[in-house]
Amino acid sequence: MSINPDLQGRSYPAAEVYDVGREKIREFAQAVKATNPAHFDVDAAKALGHSDLVAPPTFAIIVAQRADAQLVQDPESGIDFSRVVHADQRFTHHRAIVAGDRLVAELHVDGVRAMGGGAMITTRSEISTEAGEKVATTTSSILVRGEGQ
Amino acid sequence: MSPTFEELAVGQEIGTRSIDVTRQDLVKYAGASGDFNPIHWNEAFATSVELPGVIAHGMFTMGAAVQLVSDWAGDPAAVVDYQTRFTKPVLVTDTTGTDEAGAVIDVTGVVGALDAEARTARIDLTVVAGGQKVLMKSQAVVKVS
Repeated sequence: MSINPDLQGRSYPAAEVYDVGREKIREFAQAVKATNPAHFDVDAAKALGHSDLVAPPTFAIIVAQRADAQLVQDPESGIDFSRVVHADQRFTHHRAIVAGDRLVAELHVDGVRAMGGGAMITTRSEISTEAGEKVATTTSSILVRGEGQ
Repeated sequence: MSPTFEELAVGQEIGTRSIDVTRQDLVKYAGASGDFNPIHWNEAFATSVELPGVIAHGMFTMGAAVQLVSDWAGDPAAVVDYQTRFTKPVLVTDTTGTDEAGAVIDVTGVVGALDAEARTARIDLTVVAGGQKVLMKSQAVVKVS
């Protein structure tokens, strides 16, 4: 099955809420070998002016990849996940993500480009709080390898 | 000590870091991020899809490389924008049961651009593993006081 070219311009509305927890921030920070106390110690985060533990700069990938899953799992998309390669990634933070945030992500398919027998797909997640405050914009390109690529 | 805008100059190096990576680190990252693609933890699966072996998540490398910038900035929230292209996979060999790293990622950060109006510095990262640049156009924009 090949990539559906009609995906371009499609969007997927915000689905379930992602609850940002302190232990998840600590776990993710350890996993990327972060040592800054603002990820681990609430008082250290508060001393920097934050209301609670601060998430590392790439933490939003958790929320973005949940949004991407809607596209990858959409039977109409034609994407074979086992042939997906991550090509590029960007995070733009409108404000820091902190423990206690309740985040939602709206996914937009900004580009679909045929490449050989495969396709390059660019998606954008607009991450905001449940109340509608903008938190982060992430963009991601994935290459879906065609047969023999 | 956090940097101040006035003391920065384009071309200035902010530091270097060497990151040891093991298969266990990839399992930890899989759990923390929710990305359980078996190419990051199962040798047989990775080679069956024509990879040379188990490779690190691109997002692990991106997330670990920026720690140099977070620590230099003092506040991780000062990193307001961060982007990269993934150009080469980081092959992580199985060193389970030894003290050896399965891969080493070397990171160097240099001030690439300064924006006096926004008071931001763009830090350009060079990220190398196995003698190859594994990230390209790896740039973090940092708010500086």
